[in-house]
Order: sequence, then structure tokens, then C-alpha cells
Amino acid sequence: MDTARDNTSGNTTITLVYFAWVREKIGRPRDEISIPAGIATVADLIAHLRSQGAEYEAAFSRPELVRAAIDHVHARPDAPLGSAREIAFFPPVTGG
Amino acid sequence: MAVRIQTEPFDLSAEAAALTAGRTDIGAIVTFTGTVRGSAGGRELSSMTLEHYPGMTEAELARVEAEATARWPLQASLIVHRVGELRPGEPIVLVIAASPHRHAAFEAAAFLMDYLKTRAPFWKKETGVEGTGTWVDARETDDEAARRWSV
Repeated sequence: MDTARDNTSGNTTITLVYFAWVREKIGRPRDEISIPAGIATVADLIAHLRSQGAEYEAAFSRPELVRAAIDHVHARPDAPLGSAREIAFFPPVTGG
Repeated sequence: MAVRIQTEPFDLSAEAAALTAGRTDIGAIVTFTGTVRGSAGGRELSSMTLEHYPGMTEAELARVEAEATARWPLQASLIVHRVGELRPGEPIVLVIAASPHRHAAFEAAAFLMDYLKTRAPFWKKETGVEGTGTWVDARETDDEAARRWSV
């Protein structure tokens, strides 16, 4: 799960983890993906993922229903990805 | 100050006793236990399954507890949250707040629950007696309950 920087292409590899119905729609609990240069925020990442397959489009068709966390801390759509190692996507929480 | 995630049930009396054992400075202990309701929206439920985000759950609960400790003179606090498949009537969550005086203990316990419900990464799936599973939607009333604490 290390963040690997490929200096020749500018791509970054990070771990994505999914919970609840986001996980069910994507069909697996996690992915290791390479993020192209130019993807700067959580919202950018969601827009990128939606172009990567029908399962992502299904999960993010209403992005306002999906919440995100960067390295275990809640993150808003405009939060910069920075040097994130793990990004999580999930519905609004319903514990307690 | 402690947080714990577990699948097994908890014993309210034992937890409160352990938290305050040997202490004579505590004047008020408030405990809250959340339990599984047997129906939701007129639908009878056979079980409720709780999923969580290991790692972030503990981190977020610790942040919530630290915030409560910064706001009220708490001498001890505990959050226990269960995960996995639970039956109607079973306990889900336990919050304990101990303070020299009752007002701080009451308020801190309510704050811990309100913040936990809007911030800790848990998700509930209800399974009806007919066997269909449905993810529970977040409630706007929970967001409002949490907002009343921010000044």
C-alpha cells in the first residue's frame, strides 16, 4: 500500500477502499490504481473514476450521495489529494 | 478515555465499574446504550448488520472523544461500538461519561453520541423478516443534532 511515484510518467499509485453500497456497486472492497497527472482533488478523482468503467459510474452516478476520506480523515470534494496513500468512498455514516 | 470496536455484546454495569474502579473524585456517571429496534418504517426486521472502516473508525472515535474532553471536565469516558450481525433488542453502542458534576457528564454523553452518529464510519444494513437487506439512509435530524454543539 505504499505510495509509489513513477517519475517518468508523473503517475501516482494509491489504494482506494469502498464501504456499504458503494462497495456493493463497485463489486469489490478495494483497488490499487494509478492516478494520471492533473487529478488534484477528491472531485477530480471521482470524475476520473466515472470514466473508467460501468461499476464506477454506478457507484458515483450521484456523487453528492458519496462521502470520502483521505488517509482516515473525512475529506470534502474540493480537498486536495496531496500525497494520499488511501482514499475511501462511502455513503453518509449511519452508526450509533 | 478509551474506544473499542467489537462483535461481542458488552456488559454496561461491568464497563461502568471498571471505568471508575478505585476512584473517589468522580461525582457523576452518565451511560447511554443504543439497542437494535425490531422494526423500521413499518417493516419488521430479523437482523441489523454493521459494517465499519477499520483504522479510521478508531481514529475518528478518538478524535470525537478528544473533542469532548476539551469541552467538558471529564475524568473518564468510554465508547464501545459493536459490528457484525445483531438481532433486535441487542445493544449496539455504549457511551459512558464521568465527571465531578452531573451537567458535564450529561452533556458530554449526548455530545459523544451526536458526533459519533455523524462522523464515525459505521454503516447499518437492515434485513427484513422476508430476507431483503436495505442500507439505512443517514438522517438529517442527526446532522442537526450534531450541529447544535458547534458554536
